[in-house]
Amino acid sequence: MDAVLLARVQFAFTVGFHFLFPAMTLGTSLTILISESLYLIKKDEIYRKITDFLARLLGLIFVIGVATGITMEFSFGMNWSGYSRVVGDIFGPILAAEAIIAFFLEAVFIGVLIFARNKVSPKVYWLSALLVFIGSHLSAFWILAANSWMQTPAGFQIDGTGKIILSSFRQAVFNPSTMIRLFHTTMASWMTCAIMIAGIAGYYVSKGLHGETAKKMLKMGIILFAITPLLQLSTGHIHAIQVIDAQPEKAAALEGLFETTKGAPLYLAGYVDAEKEKTYGVYIPRLLSFLYNFDLDSEIKGLKEFPKEHWPPVNIVFQAYHVMVGVGMLAIFLGLLGLILLVRNKLFEATTYLFILPFLIPLPHIAHEAGWVAAEVGRQPWIIYKLMKTADAASVVVPANQIFFSLIMFTIVYSLIFAMFVLVFVRIMKKGL
Amino acid sequence: MENIQNFQVLWFILIAILFLGYALLDGFDLGIGALLPFIGKNKEEKDILINSIGPVWDGNEVWLVAGAGALFAAFPQAYATAFSGFYLGMLLIVFALIFRAVSMEFRAHDERRAWFWEKILFAGSCLAPLLLGITLGNVIYGVPLDDRMEFTGSLLTLLRPVPFLFGIVGLSAIVLQGASYAILKTEGELHLRAIKAMHILLMINMLTAGLYFVMLACISPSLLSSPLFYMAILLALLGLGELVFSLSKESSANLLGKSSLYFLGLWLVTVTAHFPNLIKAADTPYLSITIYNSSTGLYTLQVMSVIALVGMPIVVGYTVFAYRIFKGKAKAQRY
Repeated sequence: MDAVLLARVQFAFTVGFHFLFPAMTLGTSLTILISESLYLIKKDEIYRKITDFLARLLGLIFVIGVATGITMEFSFGMNWSGYSRVVGDIFGPILAAEAIIAFFLEAVFIGVLIFARNKVSPKVYWLSALLVFIGSHLSAFWILAANSWMQTPAGFQIDGTGKIILSSFRQAVFNPSTMIRLFHTTMASWMTCAIMIAGIAGYYVSKGLHGETAKKMLKMGIILFAITPLLQLSTGHIHAIQVIDAQPEKAAALEGLFETTKGAPLYLAGYVDAEKEKTYGVYIPRLLSFLYNFDLDSEIKGLKEFPKEHWPPVNIVFQAYHVMVGVGMLAIFLGLLGLILLVRNKLFEATTYLFILPFLIPLPHIAHEAGWVAAEVGRQPWIIYKLMKTADAASVVVPANQIFFSLIMFTIVYSLIFAMFVLVFVRIMKKGL
Repeated sequence: MENIQNFQVLWFILIAILFLGYALLDGFDLGIGALLPFIGKNKEEKDILINSIGPVWDGNEVWLVAGAGALFAAFPQAYATAFSGFYLGMLLIVFALIFRAVSMEFRAHDERRAWFWEKILFAGSCLAPLLLGITLGNVIYGVPLDDRMEFTGSLLTLLRPVPFLFGIVGLSAIVLQGASYAILKTEGELHLRAIKAMHILLMINMLTAGLYFVMLACISPSLLSSPLFYMAILLALLGLGELVFSLSKESSANLLGKSSLYFLGLWLVTVTAHFPNLIKAADTPYLSITIYNSSTGLYTLQVMSVIALVGMPIVVGYTVFAYRIFKGKAKAQRY
């Protein structure tokens, strides 16, 4: 088999697996900060119990995030040495900055959060929660800056040998898509945790477990569950406009748009046949153009504007994007439903809703994995948009059979870790608050 | 040109410091993992040992992440060559670190299979330093490189006896570091067993360290004319001597500092022998990857210097703060 394809599959698998955990970490660090702040203000033991429970969960989540994150840092060198040789000037410092400025902070104070509840004063404990929140979000910032630079490269020059030379660190880090992708990803993480907390607390309340504590936690979860998908809708909207402007091929693939169109439609669901250059499905006429700049007739570029060899695999990108949007819409509906039940004081008796809640826990993960597939497959065939092809980025010295072997090993090891994660997660959940 | 060379040398030193920090800090927690089956005789003792590193191992491991990131940022050609060239070795290091990390968490929640996770913790904790040592041995002893800076050897190249010895030397020193930490954090019988382990490890390390200095002097004879070489020997001897003295006085004051001093000696001779190489080309020295032919541009090195020289003191500051929270003997209860 093709070594580049194998390396891509391995990277997709390992980073897709890794991302499950940071996505939970960011949101959990937020909710810990919220409940610990409430504890400090209201001096109510209930919030302390919620924090302690979340810290136990965070311990599990963070460990797997760290462990699988090492793989990512190593794989740029192991599988993508061609890429690493060319982008060391820019990608290297961003990764190093992540470790020095963010990851240390997060890792050191997570130790305090998990192990030092009874060793430090409430104020120091709260400070640790704040620092973990800051550290984990800074970490997301740097990683997304690196990833965004591959989508919308900036702040560089190309020297005579084809090497990319950093010319402005600020421009490279704050490239045109960094901030919006940071907001969009952060909100996805907050939503992931909101639904996780609502799901766990919903289970407790429906079983009549942990009394007031579970109810407070459910309330917290539902409020976040109602807010975050709505905020995500707006970050998603702004991000989509940014992609239409900066990466029109990707934007066209997201909507399966082949012809440049004034008054382009928005598909709700469908199927793209890239061979026949046709998209089938249910759509709302002119909505894409309207959403782009609130003009029903604005022009959106179609794929045919670009050479076919620069098209991403259109149907994959289209499907992934629509799964993400679909789940997002469902989340908005379910979150608002929960809020209505809460406001009307019917939430704790809404047996069907509470029964469904725990089963929603995987839902946001599906959305962010799909969104990430849309973003990264949508970037193909480029590893760095319009600068370097993915095919030129792989390690030349690593033969296909070794990557095949490592891919099998990762599959086995990660399956084991995932099974254990679910088992321990359920165990922590059953043990209760 | 003069200017960029200063930064290249600075980054050689900074990366050496980051990896030293990794070896000293993650060293003691890996060492605890490696000592676990030897000094922890029952569940409670094993709980104490694992809890002694529970709050700090993750922060310690970030030193490796920072070191590797710094290598990528400062010398991407060396990073790319080593990580792709030593593919299967690197893969094993990744798995060793993954398993050692998750095993502690899984053990705490999965009592029925605790024995299994303890074995995994032990294996991961031994393999990681051994393999990292072998990797270092290879880049110092030399590996076959072509004129595009690509590695042309195989897995067997990596496992030659000389680089393997580097791994043994590293592992011995790391486990010694673990023994120092174990003595500091334990009481009673467990404490006595840790002291006993330290006695044995001291003998092993006298042997491996002696061998190491001779071996390095053979690999790069120019060492013999460098004052740093003799300083390194002095540091290592001082560290080991202080440890012996402490044991005979039955004092456990500052043990970790003393074994760190010993490791510092080993590290100093290592980087002195290696400078300015990053990956030595066996038989064809002119193809070696050095700090001068593999670095990023001046501007990147300058930006990185600001980040590291401002950032790292802050990191060290709050790390010390966190360590002080956990000072004193470790307990069997987790929270």
